[in-house]
Amino acid sequence: MPTNVISTDKLTKVYGKKETSFTALDDISISIAAGESVAIVGKSGSGKSTLMHILALLDRPTSGTVKVGARDASKLSAKQLDSIRNKTFGFVFQQFFLNGNDTVLNNVTLPLKIAGVPRKLRNERGLEMLKAVELEDKVDSKANDLSGGQKQRVVIARALANNPKIIFADEPTGNLDSRTGKTIENLLFSLNKKKGITLVIVTHDEELAARCDRQLKIEDGRIISGGKQ
Amino acid sequence: MKLIDIIRDANNNLFRSKARTILTIIAIFIGAMTLTITNGIGEGVSKYIDKQLGNLGAEDVIVVQPKMEDAFSTGPKKYDADRVSTDAGYGIAMPLLQDKDITDVASVRGVMSAEPLLSAAADYVVGPNNEKYQLTIAAYISGTNLELASGRLPDNGSSNNEITLPFEYAAALGFDTPQNAVDKQVTISITSASGEKQDVNATVVGVQEKSLVSLGGANVNETLIRNLSAFQSKGKPETAPQGYMAVIARVQKGVSETEMTRIKNDLREKGYQAQTIQDRIGLFKQVIGAIIAVLNFFAVIALIAASFGIVNTLLMAVQERTKEIGLMKAMGLSGGKIFLQFSIEAILLGFWGSLLGSIAGIGIGQIANHYASDTFLKDLPGFMLTSFTPASVAVIMLIIMAIAFIAGTVPARRASRKNPIEALRYE
Repeated sequence: MPTNVISTDKLTKVYGKKETSFTALDDISISIAAGESVAIVGKSGSGKSTLMHILALLDRPTSGTVKVGARDASKLSAKQLDSIRNKTFGFVFQQFFLNGNDTVLNNVTLPLKIAGVPRKLRNERGLEMLKAVELEDKVDSKANDLSGGQKQRVVIARALANNPKIIFADEPTGNLDSRTGKTIENLLFSLNKKKGITLVIVTHDEELAARCDRQLKIEDGRIISGGKQ
Repeated sequence: MKLIDIIRDANNNLFRSKARTILTIIAIFIGAMTLTITNGIGEGVSKYIDKQLGNLGAEDVIVVQPKMEDAFSTGPKKYDADRVSTDAGYGIAMPLLQDKDITDVASVRGVMSAEPLLSAAADYVVGPNNEKYQLTIAAYISGTNLELASGRLPDNGSSNNEITLPFEYAAALGFDTPQNAVDKQVTISITSASGEKQDVNATVVGVQEKSLVSLGGANVNETLIRNLSAFQSKGKPETAPQGYMAVIARVQKGVSETEMTRIKNDLREKGYQAQTIQDRIGLFKQVIGAIIAVLNFFAVIALIAASFGIVNTLLMAVQERTKEIGLMKAMGLSGGKIFLQFSIEAILLGFWGSLLGSIAGIGIGQIANHYASDTFLKDLPGFMLTSFTPASVAVIMLIIMAIAFIAGTVPARRASRKNPIEALRYE
């Protein structure tokens, strides 16, 4: 049996107070195995982003538990949570969130800087990551001067910088044309295959979802298919 | 995140919106410059006074006077036949000290001797050019170090009439140079109580340097003051007020400060006003200190106004960098480090503003020194209008950086509390 990198048990997330309350997630129990690629699909407002935020430890559930490896996230200190997000997780966002005025290299090494890695070491590592996404010639360019596809590759290089176990990708191809989107998809799946990095992708792109090992379909906060392995 | 990276980032972030940052720095700069200048003046003045005090010596002397409350009382005082007053002009009666007061002062433990401070009022003084000038005469207190332009101090042990003249009098009385006046004779004319006039010859033993301390009077030795005062009280009616304005009490040389305070307190308890020469000049210093404090207060107000500029600038920066803050938090940067980063930005604003402000303040101070010593401070050699020590400039910079830090806590707190999800969604 493969080990779970993340699992949840009876997860609920409720926004607001009594009368006006809104249940974003309802009784979600899932587990994601190491090396798996999982797509979370559903309409907008279905709760897929909320689920990803809770899985990525950016948000806390109203009830239920999230386990990262064997550790119960609710029992971890803020410092431990920060450390997990920094060292175990990598993030890829639809809107990139690059610092446009800074160099590509500095953007890539940001997680390393947060981790307190000395400058020389993190620049070496950043360069390595840029080579992996074939952008080593853009090291000193301003992030703003890159095309959309290049930006997303920088984001992936940044997500890889701390050698994460899991990459959370929120609509990674949402802002890209279909050809560039394909390149990014290929890059993500090759990382999944070659390095065994677990992928958790939130998307409503059916083609992208289909390439994943498993599709978690979510509707009105409930898993309607793909929940069980 | 390493501190060095936080500081480097903070500085880079500051200069991302140059115009806004520079305007904020200018506001701090103005406050810092004002504070540096006012403080520089304060230091310049007190440095000069300290130098004068250092020259003064006579640390073993206490000037004892009747309590002034008697004269400037808040309510009617009962008449006391033993208390004698003299008319000090403007209808103010100055109480006088009697012989019994002298023994009283001498009886205080620690007081070695008590002598009346004799006084005399000269009609005029005349020198080689026969021009008559008014002159204030003070009895020279042994151990006092007057700054001299030439000659020596009056000798209280000498049986000759000795006098040191204020700087301006040397030229006015007809001596070419201060050196020329030494060992020459001047004549002091006085009038006795009975209206009799007499000329007393005195030897000029020295010429006093211009200074804040000597305050324009001539110093005479004991022989001369005795002669003058004895003649002046001649023919005084028995009923006229008798007594002395002050008594000079001498204590052991090198007495400790606590012992000195104890002696002064004992004298005060006996109903006297007791001051060392240092105390009397200290009063002057207090007044200067108060003026500087008021000026500093205005500079601090300017800095407080500038600190609102810091709050404003950084609040805008927090707003602009909401997504960036969200991203960094998502990537595991703690709220504390984000607080630190914005606090350091605030401190850096304070640092740059105060650094430039103190450089400008010192520059202006130097120019003012140059101007002042050529004009209104010409008469006071060695008086630098402004003076700056690295320590005081550093203290000013630290104060400003502290004010900036306090101002920065508002935006820094806001930044540190951002929820990463909401921050990333923020448009």
